[in-house]
Amino acid sequence: MFKHARSLLMGLTAAAALSFSPLAAQAFPDKPIQYIIPFGPGGESDIAARFQEPLFRKLTGQDLVIQYRPGAGGATAWSQLNSMPADGHTIVGSNFPHIFIQPMEKDVGYKTEDVDNVYIFHYTPDALIVPADSPYQTLQDLIDAAKERPGALTFSGSGTYSANHIAAIKFDQLAGIKTTYVPFGGTGPSNSALLGKQVTGSWGYTTVAGQLGDQVRMLAVATDERHPQFPDVPTFKELGFDMVGGAYRGIAVPKSTPVEIKRQLSDLIGQINKDPEMVQKMVEGGFVMVDIGLDEMPEFMAQKAAEYTAIATEMGIVKQ
Amino acid sequence: MEIFSYLLAALHPWHLGLALAGTTAGVVIGALPGLSATMAVAILVPFTFAMDPAAGLIALGAIYTGAIYGGAYSAILLNTPGTPSAIATTFDGYPMAKRGDGNLAVSLATLASVTGGVIGALFLLTLAPPLASFALVFGPVEYFWLAMFGLTLISALAEKNLLKCLIGACLGLLLSMVGSAVVGGDIRFTFNTQTLLGGIDIVAALIGIYCIPVLIELVAKAGGHLKVTTESTGYRLREAWGQFNRSRINLLRSSTIGTIVGMLPGAGGSIASLVAYSEARRTAAQPEDFGKGEPNGILATESANNATVGGGFIPTLVLGIPGTPPDAVILGALMVQGVRTGPTLFTDQAPIVYTFIFGLLIASILMLPIGLIMGRYAYRAIIRLPKEMLAPGIALLTVTGSFAIHNNLHDVQVMLGLGVMSWLLNRYGFSPSPIVLGLILGQIAEQGFVQAWLIGSATSNLWGMYFGRPLSLVIVGLAILSLFYPLLMAKLRSRRKRRLTHA
Repeated sequence: MFKHARSLLMGLTAAAALSFSPLAAQAFPDKPIQYIIPFGPGGESDIAARFQEPLFRKLTGQDLVIQYRPGAGGATAWSQLNSMPADGHTIVGSNFPHIFIQPMEKDVGYKTEDVDNVYIFHYTPDALIVPADSPYQTLQDLIDAAKERPGALTFSGSGTYSANHIAAIKFDQLAGIKTTYVPFGGTGPSNSALLGKQVTGSWGYTTVAGQLGDQVRMLAVATDERHPQFPDVPTFKELGFDMVGGAYRGIAVPKSTPVEIKRQLSDLIGQINKDPEMVQKMVEGGFVMVDIGLDEMPEFMAQKAAEYTAIATEMGIVKQ
Repeated sequence: MEIFSYLLAALHPWHLGLALAGTTAGVVIGALPGLSATMAVAILVPFTFAMDPAAGLIALGAIYTGAIYGGAYSAILLNTPGTPSAIATTFDGYPMAKRGDGNLAVSLATLASVTGGVIGALFLLTLAPPLASFALVFGPVEYFWLAMFGLTLISALAEKNLLKCLIGACLGLLLSMVGSAVVGGDIRFTFNTQTLLGGIDIVAALIGIYCIPVLIELVAKAGGHLKVTTESTGYRLREAWGQFNRSRINLLRSSTIGTIVGMLPGAGGSIASLVAYSEARRTAAQPEDFGKGEPNGILATESANNATVGGGFIPTLVLGIPGTPPDAVILGALMVQGVRTGPTLFTDQAPIVYTFIFGLLIASILMLPIGLIMGRYAYRAIIRLPKEMLAPGIALLTVTGSFAIHNNLHDVQVMLGLGVMSWLLNRYGFSPSPIVLGLILGQIAEQGFVQAWLIGSATSNLWGMYFGRPLSLVIVGLAILSLFYPLLMAKLRSRRKRRLTHA
């Protein structure tokens, strides 16, 4: 047992795991898996990993050891991905649109193709949020106001060239309006600008609206169907705007990882992603579960690449 | 009186034990440079999943409180802030330690931290909802002016050479621009390296700028690290208590400043303790003693930074917006527990929230015995360790500490580079604090300025944005006061003196 106990933490959890792991007779994984989160603790990627950790242990008898390697908006971890051991025991969180937009923007030490995704498990849908006492009751109210005074409506969001920024540009394009996007240094500052009415509204996610509760009102969400947690909020789609998506999260491995291992990992995450209790908690938090495994990945990546390239060109990131 | 049942719940032996263990672990982690409060909280999170939400929260709050306090040890004994919140503690803490009053400084820091922690928690307990709505009045412009106000403190800190301090601050501002900009995403001063793309990490900079010069001097010069007074190596609690009693107003003011600055998401403990420090200095009878080992300096900074813990939880619990980075981790942990955070938390989950607040209060009080005992060991270890063990030990800590920030060698390189630079600059009379102030405040000022500009020009009200908001004007007024206060006082004093001689 102590062979695996690289840290006290792991040692303790491994002890707990070994005591009830009768089904773990597979060859993979045969030791704890290092799960590297490209961000600091406390974000959605971290929360997702915390949900997955106990289920992974129950399923495989092995530990999922969560580590943080933040830096340059995730680029630090992704640029190191392919020099990590390629035996399936090191996996890295993967985030869209980051892994598409960052390499377009500048040399960040990796290309989108370098991030080999084995599974995409959920997304946080884009949402247009206004304070609860905002004069704008519906999306149409807001569009009318924006048409009247082009550029005068301001929206806070987290970061430049981020999912929030992309959503703002995309919606302006679809609705034929001009608004001002104001980037903040994270979801926290962006939300306080929203609640403090420093801005007209905010581009965030359904998860944000879940945390802020009835202090805010979502005008529309970027899901296919209405989100079960927010049945009264219309989707952009039903209002006539083709906007579905947000920030996707999944897992990537080094490129040279054997295909069988990739498949096993993909299947494992797929099983975890169906755990009813976890799904319920995540949906209540505002997440939307998706299941894009190894087989669906090439098509999904191609579709997203086209989508993000178009939007990046519009934003002026990609030089023509 | 339902509230007493929550107090009783917090006093449950299991909860008390957690608070004790959490605080102790926090003090150790906070005392090691590079291991921040955020990290302390993140390490503990998985263990809390096995507990009920209230117990988990108490453990997390305790480790957080302890870590903020622990930062004072390395600030006082090694001139290296263990956490950014402890920067201003080095100003007077290290001079005190150097002249042989290290144990007194640690005792003072302990008393101040307990006071700050308790006052912050009391604010959280009694005034959280109205204070949270005050935090929301702070928009981008206010953050910009707050950072400007912070920069004017340099003029207050510069006793001898204002010009060199200003040059140092400009250097800090330049350093703050390295990396990709939050607003606009431009890449600046990275020289096409991956190392600098993420910008200069503040903790790495702190370790390098403060600790490396101390380390080099330690090796280069004969004689011990700290002067040892033979008469006492105890707590010197009686002395500390006397000073504590004489500084009640300073403590109260600093704790209030700490609570209010702490609840502004995006300001943080470092600014809170700096503002408290400069206020203490401004109102002191002998402001020229500050920076040379004035006990009131330590009392101000340490009470302010521990008050930010309670302050930071105000927006976290009332609005669902984390006030500080560790609060964000705690919010995430709550979500995994299935507790719905946000404005309804106080009403729907009253037992959890109030048990937690009482837990925080208890953890702050427990800091008194824990801090005194651990502080004594830390002080003894530093003065008794032979130099040939102390120097490599500190060197190892600087490297592991800066590596631990992001599990990355980039930060170690930045730390060493800035450290050597700081040592060279020190030799030419540039002190490290203006550089660090510039680095921290530059980011806040820049973001606030550009965001205000974007909003102001979108609403075609650019001038009104910067100069038309009452709260902004108050902060501008404070900045002007702080900028010209030394001049003003000097003039008043000379006039009074003239009148006396003429009479």
